[in-house]
Amino acid sequence: MYSNAYVFRYASIMVIIAAALLSSAAMFLKPMQETNMAIEKMGGILISAKIEGVETEQTIRMFNEYVTESMVVDQNGEIVESQTEGNMEDGTAFTINLKEQLYNKSKGDPYQMPIYVINKEGEKLYIFPLMGSGLWGNLYGNMALKEDFSTIFGVTFSHDKETPGLGAEITEKFFTSQFVSKQIFDDNGAFTSIKVVKGGAATLPEADQIHGVDAISGGTITSVGVDEMLRNVIEAYLPYIEKQRK
Amino acid sequence: MSEEKKEREPLFSSKNLKLLKEPLNMSNPITVQVLGICSALAVTAKLKPAVVMTLSVIVVMAVSNVVISLLRNGIPPRIRIIVQLVVIATMVILVDQVLKAFVYDVSKQLSVFVGLIITNCIIMGRLEAFAMSNKPWPAFLDGIGNALGYGVILIIVAFFREFLGSGTIFDIKVIPQGFYDFGYANNGLMILPPMALITVGVIIWVQRYRNRALIEEN
Repeated sequence: MYSNAYVFRYASIMVIIAAALLSSAAMFLKPMQETNMAIEKMGGILISAKIEGVETEQTIRMFNEYVTESMVVDQNGEIVESQTEGNMEDGTAFTINLKEQLYNKSKGDPYQMPIYVINKEGEKLYIFPLMGSGLWGNLYGNMALKEDFSTIFGVTFSHDKETPGLGAEITEKFFTSQFVSKQIFDDNGAFTSIKVVKGGAATLPEADQIHGVDAISGGTITSVGVDEMLRNVIEAYLPYIEKQRK
Repeated sequence: MSEEKKEREPLFSSKNLKLLKEPLNMSNPITVQVLGICSALAVTAKLKPAVVMTLSVIVVMAVSNVVISLLRNGIPPRIRIIVQLVVIATMVILVDQVLKAFVYDVSKQLSVFVGLIITNCIIMGRLEAFAMSNKPWPAFLDGIGNALGYGVILIIVAFFREFLGSGTIFDIKVIPQGFYDFGYANNGLMILPPMALITVGVIIWVQRYRNRALIEEN
């Protein structure tokens, strides 16, 4: 029979060993995991510009090849910093923590947001990284606008832990392809964002259908999250975008 | 493994080999014991995640079986389930971290299911039933055997689901374009989880047809 003291000693030593093992593994593997995340981020930016099928090993090279400029804009729409050569993945724009900046925006503090310019077959595309929250965790995405700063060229979404089969479907093509050619400004030049409509964009008035897409059945909160993410993040870029539209 | 054991019994004696082979057929965790079904449904839409899942389960299963077997004389019986859980959980987190570092895209596809290896009944079942009362080497073989028995079914199911559902094997197109031109279409139903259950059902049927000993008497 084992004494209570033995049981406690046994349990504590076991937990300490397990903890030491896990934290050293986490520390050792972190650099590789971070590279993977950066590559995924670059892949998302490329896919939003419809540069698809890029091999994982090629992503960093392709990213630097296609992205001709990465810049940082502030809350007044001024370009704070612009990088046109060198390794884009080390630049300020790429390393900005979007979550912090959006938090600053929500408090009314100054903020800085990244923008990437991709030159695709002579067409200039402006990529805006997105970030928001869904049902269980963060949502991410990229939105590529054409040179008129209103027509969407392509979008990508990703997420941390939305429900597989329901909310997680926002990453699928059937959802993201709906955004192509939609407008974020109406004919009068007022900002409308893109609405993610429950029941379908077809329920909107005819004139508004160009500003709306269908939500995901069974993924209401994630769909609302996408809707809010688009409105909130594009709002952050609005000063810059409106300057360009003039 | 242990030195003295080698003298007494060869490493791959028929008894030890039985530990390895038995779970592949006569006591297969999925088709005979019906354990670990949930993950079998979830990760078998494509072959690649199924193979990675199999490897992960083999690692977790083998290592935790050996660790528990090494500790078996010191584990206080009152907290043995907790000890087993801690060992499995540690292994699962390690595997998850390694996957995230080296095969990021696959780890994204497997998402929560790597973490859920811990709830895979096969693992705790084997720890409690076998590793707690056997030496490390047989426990190691038992772990590998059971994980393989689980993995074989996973891979068979994934093969049919990917082949019929997407027309690919390991993401390589195997059905010629000509077939599609003649009106052949991928069966979208195969990608959905219910078809995994039906495929497992068919495997159980075939296995029992070939192996009458498994058929229960009414």
